[in-house]
Amino acid sequence: MDFVVITLLNSVAYGLLLFMLSSGLTLIFSMMGVLNFAHASFYMLGAYFAYQISTWSGFWLGLLLAPLLVGGVGMLVEWHGLRHVRRFGHVAELLFTFGLAIVFEELVPLIWGKASVPYAVPAQLEGALFSLHGAAFPIYKGFMMAMSLGMLAALYGVLTRTRIGLIIQASLTKPDMVEALGHNVPRITMLLFGGGTALAGLAGVIGGNAFVTEPSMAASVGFIVFVIVVVGGLGSLGGAFLASLLIGALQTFSVTLDVTLQQVLTLIGLSLPADTNLARVSLVQLGPVLPYLLMVAILILRPRGLMGVRES
Amino acid sequence: MTAPSSLPRQVLIWAAIFVIACVLPSLFRSGFLVSVLSQIAIMAVFALSYNMLLGQTGLLSFGHAVYYGLGAFATIHLLNGLGKSATPLLVALLPLGGGAAGLVAGLILGRMTTKKAGTTFAMISLGIAELMFATTPIFPSVFGGDGGFAGNRMAGKGSFLGLTWGPQIEIYWLVLFWAFVSAGLMFALTQTPLGRVANAVRDNPERAEFIGYDTRQVRYRMLVLSGLFAGIAGGLSALNYEIVTVDMLNAHTSGSVLLMTYTGGIGHFFGPVLGAAMITLMQTLVGGLTHAWLLYFGLFFLFMVAFAPGGMASVLSRQSALVKAGLWRCLLPHYALAAAPAALACLGAVGLIEMAYALLAGHDAASFMGTSIRLHTLLPWLGAASVLIGGIAGLKWVIGGMSDAWHQALSQLQGGKP
Amino acid sequence: MSKFACRMAMAMLAALPATPAAADIKIAVIEGLSGPFARSGETLLAHVAGEAELMNKNGGLNGEKIELIPFDSKHSPQEALVQLKAATDQGVRYVMQGASSGVSFALSDAITKWNARNPDKTVLFLNYTSVDPSLTNENCSFWHFRFEAHADMKLEAITNVLMTTKDAKKVYLIGQDNPAGQRVSKVTKKMLSMKRPDIQIVGDDIHAPGKVKDFAPYVSKIIASGADSVVTANFGNDLALLLKAAKDADMKARVYTFYAGSSGGPASIDFAPAGQVIHIADWHRNITADDAPLNAWIDGFNQKNRPNEFMYIRIKNMMGMLNKAMTMAKSQDPKAVALALEDMHYQGPTGDVWMRRDDHQIHMTQYVSQFVEQDGDAVKYDSEGTGKGWKTIDTIRAADSQLPTTCAMERP
Repeated sequence: MDFVVITLLNSVAYGLLLFMLSSGLTLIFSMMGVLNFAHASFYMLGAYFAYQISTWSGFWLGLLLAPLLVGGVGMLVEWHGLRHVRRFGHVAELLFTFGLAIVFEELVPLIWGKASVPYAVPAQLEGALFSLHGAAFPIYKGFMMAMSLGMLAALYGVLTRTRIGLIIQASLTKPDMVEALGHNVPRITMLLFGGGTALAGLAGVIGGNAFVTEPSMAASVGFIVFVIVVVGGLGSLGGAFLASLLIGALQTFSVTLDVTLQQVLTLIGLSLPADTNLARVSLVQLGPVLPYLLMVAILILRPRGLMGVRES
Repeated sequence: MTAPSSLPRQVLIWAAIFVIACVLPSLFRSGFLVSVLSQIAIMAVFALSYNMLLGQTGLLSFGHAVYYGLGAFATIHLLNGLGKSATPLLVALLPLGGGAAGLVAGLILGRMTTKKAGTTFAMISLGIAELMFATTPIFPSVFGGDGGFAGNRMAGKGSFLGLTWGPQIEIYWLVLFWAFVSAGLMFALTQTPLGRVANAVRDNPERAEFIGYDTRQVRYRMLVLSGLFAGIAGGLSALNYEIVTVDMLNAHTSGSVLLMTYTGGIGHFFGPVLGAAMITLMQTLVGGLTHAWLLYFGLFFLFMVAFAPGGMASVLSRQSALVKAGLWRCLLPHYALAAAPAALACLGAVGLIEMAYALLAGHDAASFMGTSIRLHTLLPWLGAASVLIGGIAGLKWVIGGMSDAWHQALSQLQGGKP
Repeated sequence: MSKFACRMAMAMLAALPATPAAADIKIAVIEGLSGPFARSGETLLAHVAGEAELMNKNGGLNGEKIELIPFDSKHSPQEALVQLKAATDQGVRYVMQGASSGVSFALSDAITKWNARNPDKTVLFLNYTSVDPSLTNENCSFWHFRFEAHADMKLEAITNVLMTTKDAKKVYLIGQDNPAGQRVSKVTKKMLSMKRPDIQIVGDDIHAPGKVKDFAPYVSKIIASGADSVVTANFGNDLALLLKAAKDADMKARVYTFYAGSSGGPASIDFAPAGQVIHIADWHRNITADDAPLNAWIDGFNQKNRPNEFMYIRIKNMMGMLNKAMTMAKSQDPKAVALALEDMHYQGPTGDVWMRRDDHQIHMTQYVSQFVEQDGDAVKYDSEGTGKGWKTIDTIRAADSQLPTTCAMERP
């Protein structure tokens, strides 16, 4: 029983982290239609900025300032780069972010070195929250979950309760109409890009010390954020939230259930040729690729995603 | 997007590439150069096959390496399966086996991917590529151990037209032969009804559907054929390196073919060839000069996307059109004027980057034109930064005049051709 | 710009038109020197460069100056082969590499073919780190010498330690889902069932390399299984993240690793509780803490190559053995040198090392050590500025990690 509880907690914690990583991208992708390949780079920048600030004045100031700085960088990128590339089409925009990701990955080690940096969890948040069956649940993980839920609440509040939020929401579904109504869509886009990247930065501040802060951390996030956005559906924060939890659960339970592919297929009455490599494949092995399987299945069966309002 | 260029011009380009490809290896008797040229020819076929999707059908794929990699694995298994009976003639035909593997993969995977275009296609291709790559360790008999699979193209005895495929130069001729055959077929395809309809599906799928074309079928056929040529490219790579690894299937390979194709120019048939040559040279030559090559590459790529979205091919064809119209003379002074500050800006930027990399590598000093520069002092940094800023300021100053002249020339050019 | 870049530039220019070989002995180091994997390549290159500089100062390799030429493989087998062509163009007859098994396999295979096709320009391949057992077994070559114990030998040593560890009752295996990781799982199970049948394998997980962000589910599984020892061939981030999750969940089991002590390893696991991480290698600094000349050399190296540290004593051994072989053979010809290297015994800083003739595999003493706080006594030196260092807990003599080989070598 304890084991089930701890697994459930792990899965929710991982899902919430994924939501932090992808919420900003959902906003950007939904409004601009662009897969921002540099999104994970902003996540990395967040971690490094926070590390740098933490060496001067501790974790908490970094938590506040680093996302703002990352958002600033994001706005500059949008203002001086993406905006000019937009007229060449989506592919050009996408490739621009592709190039940015390469440049960031080379610039970061130039400044902070190629090794990992000692970005540590603050002393106040160290230690175990509680312990189940010999496995501790760290306070920091609880903090991470709380931050992610807070982020969801705040985003929801901004999007539904403020004027700018309503305009953004409108732009998510009908950008042309919003422009026709006389709103300055380019400025909204810049703010949105800044906001989205700031969210990635925040995820970096919190994820950087929970995991390892080093130059390939952006690459290690990989395409998983795209998977979440696509599975969740375009223009849907709730969809991204659901997809994050789903993928968190999928990955965690595939690791802990310890069944083979053969056993799963037996449930639906199929069998594999015995004594082949395929029959020995376990779900643990497949865990990390299950999200991609889910994405392909969703795209084939329901291209708008779980809760998407429109197709891309 | 595809500029329908006149037939004589096409013939000229084909001939020029052929002559360059044949003359270069005999000019420099260097094994290194020959292997770089082989690599360029292989990547050119791969990039051309990719452009069948991106440029001609408007499909952005993140998983084209799947067809390339499967072609390579099929070829190396065929080579090893033949063993001692792999006569040079059979070896020369092996890339066709790679092409068949790519074709079959396209027939199967294309069913899933080509249902929709746009982002849906891009994401499905990404997902399928990730799935394929992730399942490679499950089949070690197909994809091999840590080192992949090695083969020996000289396993059989005898020779074919005096060729044994031992020396690199002989394999280069083989690669070149298949590259020209593939490129020729791909070019011919652009002239067929399928090639034309693919363009229509790219530009306006609704209208193409309305006049009675099954857009999904068109996308499917193009993908299958593109898989065929990617498979041939993979097969050539298997013969050239005599080793095939799972890296050939991964997202990195898919990414580089996208970069090559795009920087070369997706709107021109030969754009991808140019891109393949440029990026391969950049990797091997610039990569040999400095460890910062990835950063230069990233910056160059950003620059290309921002300022030359049509790729190198469109830059060149614009210029050549201007030269032909005799308008280049008006622009030349502006180019000359801009060259100096542009060179300055590059110099400053390269200086800063190289000093930073030298510092990162733990050097205290760097040498520049015979003098030693101490990296822990402020002066060289300020110097390089001011050169960079000066260069940019100079560029800003002359760019206005240049852009005016450019637009004027362009409008004259269009005016001249009603 | 930097001296290094300038030298590379010269090398590249020289590569274009083929140049006749000069009198110097040209040695190529082909490693990934740019991009995300650059760090390990740079560290290895620095080790070779340091030894070459020292040798040149002391009269060179068998009286000839060494000219070291670095080539960037970009961590790709295909690119490494292109660089090999550049090296042979410049008249290089000695190639060194090791950071990636895939690249080692490609180089060994390509060099063997090159030598068969160009008998007058043979090349010798000296491999100092890659551990894929096949390179000195089914895929062995006369032209390849390995100066590092391979993965199975290390496993032999680790299972020997487990055999004598009384409180090791339940072992958990976790590794990357690639041929190397799968092999570790298979071989460990086989070896343990022979040496200590009473040890229970309570778990055996493989995961996609570099794809797992949060190892918490794996760790909770390990804890739930009651394992007291974990064996993993994970390295880099996959190792650091595993240990991080282990620390968060307060996992008590010891973790036996292969790569925790390689470049960047200690710095990335500085948070690990003292004594939890156990590592097997041919050397760490506290083994030779009393060797004053060596210490002086290491201090100089670390000073010069910050933040990279001296870690690979086997590169020192390798250069020493190469020198000895050239002196014995009175020749620089790769074939003569290879024959002299075969069956060579050499006195390194940690004692005798032996190059087996059958498969060109080195045999040397292996040390099992624990990552603990620096104490100035048994742990005189820390690693990578972490305040923690390696403390030897067991010494495995070369004879005890010796394995039979399946190598059927084709000799020229």
